[in-house]
Amino acid sequence: MLSMLESRKFRDRALQTVFLLVLAGVIGGAIYEGRQNLATQGLNSGFAFLNRATGFDIGFKLVDYTPYSSYGRLIVVGLLNTLFLGILGIVLANLVGLIIAILRTARNETFNALGTVYIEIFRNIPMILQAVFWYALLTQLPPPKQALQGFGVMLSSRGLYLPGLNVSGGGAAIFFLCLFVALVAITIFTMARRFSRMTSARRSRVRWGIATAGLGLGVMALFLGRLPETGLVSMPELRGMNIREGIRVQPEFVALLVAMAIYGGAYIAEIIRAGFLSVGKGQVEAAQSLGLTPWQVFSRVRLPLAFRAVLPTLINQYVWLFKATTLGIAVGFTDFFAVISVSINQAGQTLELIGILMVGFLVINNSIAFVLNRVNKAIALKGNQLRS
Amino acid sequence: MTVHLAFDPSLKPSLRQRFFSRPLDGVISLIGLAIAAWILWHLFSWAVLHAVWASSDGTSEVCRDIEGACWAVIHVRWRLILFGLFPYEEQWRSTLACLAIVVVAILSCLPRFWTAPRLGMLWVSGFAVFYLLMAGGLFGMPKINPSEWGGLTLTVFIYAAGMLIGMPTAIALALMRRSRLPVIAKVTGLFIDGIRSLPLITILFTAALVLPLALPPALIGDKIWRVIIGFALFFAAYEAENIRSGIQALPSGQEEAARALGLTYWQRTTRVILPQAFRNALPPTINQFVISFKETSLIVIIGFFEVMASGKAAYGSGDWSFAWVEVYAFVAAIYFVFVFSLSRYGAYLERRLRVGKH
Repeated sequence: MLSMLESRKFRDRALQTVFLLVLAGVIGGAIYEGRQNLATQGLNSGFAFLNRATGFDIGFKLVDYTPYSSYGRLIVVGLLNTLFLGILGIVLANLVGLIIAILRTARNETFNALGTVYIEIFRNIPMILQAVFWYALLTQLPPPKQALQGFGVMLSSRGLYLPGLNVSGGGAAIFFLCLFVALVAITIFTMARRFSRMTSARRSRVRWGIATAGLGLGVMALFLGRLPETGLVSMPELRGMNIREGIRVQPEFVALLVAMAIYGGAYIAEIIRAGFLSVGKGQVEAAQSLGLTPWQVFSRVRLPLAFRAVLPTLINQYVWLFKATTLGIAVGFTDFFAVISVSINQAGQTLELIGILMVGFLVINNSIAFVLNRVNKAIALKGNQLRS
Repeated sequence: MTVHLAFDPSLKPSLRQRFFSRPLDGVISLIGLAIAAWILWHLFSWAVLHAVWASSDGTSEVCRDIEGACWAVIHVRWRLILFGLFPYEEQWRSTLACLAIVVVAILSCLPRFWTAPRLGMLWVSGFAVFYLLMAGGLFGMPKINPSEWGGLTLTVFIYAAGMLIGMPTAIALALMRRSRLPVIAKVTGLFIDGIRSLPLITILFTAALVLPLALPPALIGDKIWRVIIGFALFFAAYEAENIRSGIQALPSGQEEAARALGLTYWQRTTRVILPQAFRNALPPTINQFVISFKETSLIVIIGFFEVMASGKAAYGSGDWSFAWVEVYAFVAAIYFVFVFSLSRYGAYLERRLRVGKH
């Protein structure tokens, strides 16, 4: 017996078995206790509730949803809202981040100072506080009658009103689908090795061709999907006490989007700046000595090199920003988490709903990371191109 | 792109070179300065020149028809923002408790405290003082339940407790993930990656509202402690990865040499590996502390009366509803002071560590 204890192999196995047993005990105990508790509350476990009607309405929805819709549909609506907000927020944050990073690395020191002040202010205040602040600001705007307006856009306490198109939902969906397919086709064309022997002029022509075709088909879909007996463009305008026509964007959504763009932008700016600094001086000097204009040096040499150098860090930041959409609940935006939280209150199926929530986020975040990591691998710099 | 004069610090570019090296640069500088001056002037005139600082009778009458900021709301309601609903006569305890944590935080920035026993002692005793002062029940201080704590004090409490539980957990998780035993390493890896891909708020939500369903009644405990443990686990999952990358950055010769000298696992880990790993992991660790402090504000969503919620209450109740900008500015300033000083300290440490590397 003692000799067995001295054998390392045996000890290792014993330790791992004990570890697994304890783990199984904890998980099993939790499941048992959970079932007991649910049984005493008279709740049936299972996912049958997903087909029940919810009986309440929500503010922000991209697809049809009424109080008669099911919990399953509600969760899909929340998921779509999260995806929409997340993607738009990441794009805007990137834009803000790029501008601030350029300010921070510009030769002009006034710009450097402006960029620094921006970053130090917005990075050091929690995003939830910023979101709540923007929300308060937006809801304290003048009422629709005194709405701020310009370029066809109206801003009032009831939200932001943008000019829209009188197009059915299906038409709009096909439009975005066309754009998406064109984008994917261009990406595949650029990445695939099969086309790499084409001359660059021809490649560029093919790319433009795909883009034009996608856009053309999309615009055609918009025309065909036009709502009958209306003009193509619908401009927001004041009628009575409220603003009609156009697209209304709720203040909750705008507040979150602005907070994501500003807070996320401050972080992304620092990442991109590190990328700019990592581009070797020799690269820039070589580009300049080849006679490239400053814009060409920036867009063909500094930006691509910087972007590739920091893409892994950027991916982490994107995943983080995506998770930050859950702050929606603080201002009343119905994102995935808010929808689950409301459903828990209403339907009471706590464990199932939390399970859906966790699986949803695991799938979304891991697929973002997976796709972007593949992109990173495909475009990462090989060898020592970043040195000097 | 800093092209100018990287070779000799004594040749610092003059003001003229920095701002007006070319005519275009000069114009751009002037435009930038003009924008900055315009913003600063408006901010100054709103926040200082035309501001009302105090309200003698405690009502919002003084802020009628003013152009500037109404700081009187802070003057009237600052106790609510800082202490929440803590009993008025006992608020000195809240103040002292927060000061104790601040002192401990400042002390732990000094290199002479940078050994595990000293840091541990410092934080455990600081936290004990905090808890004793807040909870009371000793030395004639009346007992006050954690459910009555609020405002900035609650934020500080959750942060300090979360870090205190999270740091040892992070070390344990990092070591377990690097374990020689595949089952332990894999399971820990799954756990860490799982937590890292969830938003913090879902974890806090689960800890506050779902966990009671799956726990035997004896283990349920107070809601605030469950939330603190959820917060600590989230911090630990991120910090464990920082520590692990610190360990992996060590040359393998370090561990091999320690092994060759006949040191046991614990001796190798505590005397050789971890001290060096922490040095490597210091910048991301400070960064994690900074992020975690900002993330304490999320507990407002699950119904705690922390500094943001108390700020909301400060302008939400009564006749101060117009003064939301001032209140949010005040709360933001509180966060800014904490977070900015911590991140500056992190930047200083990074510079200091870089000196040693050359």
